[in-house]
Amino acid sequence: MRVCIIGCGAIGSLFGAHLGRLDDIEVWAYDPYKPHVDAINENGLTLTGESNFTARINARSDASEIPPCEFGIIAAKTLHTRSAMEAVAPIFTDGAVCSVQNGVGSEEIIAEYVPRVIMGTTFPAGHITGPGVCNHDTKGLSQIGPFDGKPASQEESDQLAEALTRGGMETISTTDPRGPMWTKVIFNCASNGIAALTRLPHGIAAEQLRPLMSRVAQEGIAVAEALGVVLEKNPEDMINDSIPVAYTHKPSMLQDVLAQRVTEIDAINGGVASIGERIGVPCPVNRTIADLVKGLEHSWTLED
Amino acid sequence: MTDIKRVCIVGAGAIGSLFVGHLGTIVETTVLVRREEHARDLNDNGMRITGKSDLTAQVTASTNPADLGDIDLVILATKTTAVEASMKTLAGHFPNATIMMVQNGLGCERVVRQYGEWPIISGLTFMSGVRRSDSHVDYELDTPSWIGPWDEDAERPGYPFIVQVEGLINRCGLICEAYQDLGPVQWSKLIFNSAVNAIGAVTDTPHVPCYADTDEISDLGNLVRDMMAEGVAIARAKGIELNSDPWEMNCRAVSQGGSHGSEEYAHVTSMLGDVRNKSYTEVDWITGSIVRVARELGVPAPYHETLYRLVKAIEKGWSMEGSAH
Repeated sequence: MRVCIIGCGAIGSLFGAHLGRLDDIEVWAYDPYKPHVDAINENGLTLTGESNFTARINARSDASEIPPCEFGIIAAKTLHTRSAMEAVAPIFTDGAVCSVQNGVGSEEIIAEYVPRVIMGTTFPAGHITGPGVCNHDTKGLSQIGPFDGKPASQEESDQLAEALTRGGMETISTTDPRGPMWTKVIFNCASNGIAALTRLPHGIAAEQLRPLMSRVAQEGIAVAEALGVVLEKNPEDMINDSIPVAYTHKPSMLQDVLAQRVTEIDAINGGVASIGERIGVPCPVNRTIADLVKGLEHSWTLED
Repeated sequence: MTDIKRVCIVGAGAIGSLFVGHLGTIVETTVLVRREEHARDLNDNGMRITGKSDLTAQVTASTNPADLGDIDLVILATKTTAVEASMKTLAGHFPNATIMMVQNGLGCERVVRQYGEWPIISGLTFMSGVRRSDSHVDYELDTPSWIGPWDEDAERPGYPFIVQVEGLINRCGLICEAYQDLGPVQWSKLIFNSAVNAIGAVTDTPHVPCYADTDEISDLGNLVRDMMAEGVAIARAKGIELNSDPWEMNCRAVSQGGSHGSEEYAHVTSMLGDVRNKSYTEVDWITGSIVRVARELGVPAPYHETLYRLVKAIEKGWSMEGSAH
């Protein structure tokens, strides 16, 4: 079985390295960042922290050098989904691509390029410490299942989950992956945009703005309910539970803003608001937060 | 004829200094300031105005209202955030005075009333200046101040007195317009200021043309327009008919400013300037005042509440360990 990782940043590296340990799987990785690709081809892909091993995988910056694959796992930042899929589409003329990206809306884009799509939600975290090296910060569960807009078969989802779990990335294959996905995105809506705008770490932001976080979450819950999605957990409980655990944690969007990197807001607060607006569930607070983050991104382009 | 023989300007920042210098040329003018050396400088050198005016006025300044004698008209010219402290100093003094407000936003009159029963004139100002020193200010924008009765105590001092104040200010070289009902002009400006200031403070964006962009769903102008529409709905629920459309004010202002700013238009709004300096903003009196009115009326205000909460949390972050500021 041949699998291609699309976007070999921290999350892509975690998936790629764990699969690369298995003898029956041939792993490829597509990433435009040449130094990382070269280091992987020369020395293998090394994980540190929660994992500690080096896997031999094939990495390429030119997608045309990658052979046809049965599976793809896309872990690119959401704003690169379309350009990445344009590059790798020929690899998956008869393949299934699974998204483990943040937020909503990626599967729809992926479905424009490949015949079958798997929706995934993942909780592990890591960060690239240098070319070819990724630190595995925290372990966590992934849940995948056929994307209803253009579904892969349940067997394909099961097959990919089995391989990932065997490689050391605990993954459950489910018939309705929307529950885990919406549970995570609603939590991210409440934590990421507000932290990015106030520059406050998660727990401190939650103390200052708990009612606002609730309004953000409640709008998301209303959208999920209107879509018929059954949430796994109550996002309000998740926020409460996260305050002591992640008190000084800087959510990824806050890290992006501090580094003046374009954020994933379009897939998080903006994505939920767009879906809500489309199905007649207004999300004014999520829309406001999305507009403000876009405004903040725009401010970096202004001259003083 | 005028009943206004002696005035006292409380606070001599840029706006206060402009009143001090101009009024000082036509009426006996006193100044209440916070710092001793500021008072000494004004007593020694008078107040010098350059720019749109060119004059120097002799004035009497002190840090203690007891030094300033009987006063007919107080112009309270401090920032909203300093009103409470100024009123603590003024309490018990100037029994014959009327107090005129020029603060941004809404609601400082109630703070004044907590400290005494003086008649109150509501007001706001569009003029601007740049302080060169404690006794010298550049008069930059010769735009008007608007005054009118305070709606919660509209009988005192009575409209004829307000017209006298209007005349006095116009005679001294500044521009003033009196309104029987200040609500329509005050709320037009308030709604405009609330959106432009709060959005600017949160997005670190000066008031530039993207505030009027609505082509793409993610353009900032959409939020500006929606937030202003919410403000207009709250004003209407309060029974106020605006005199101008805040969204049109916004589009006009950014088209005059050009993409990199012009001398005539202040792109970095006061709240953005405050946030960049990490000094407390006037958000409680601007966006916060609209939130309070909406609550009193039972009207939803998700845009104003969100922006208000975000600015307050940003302020809070400056003093907190572990924040990213």
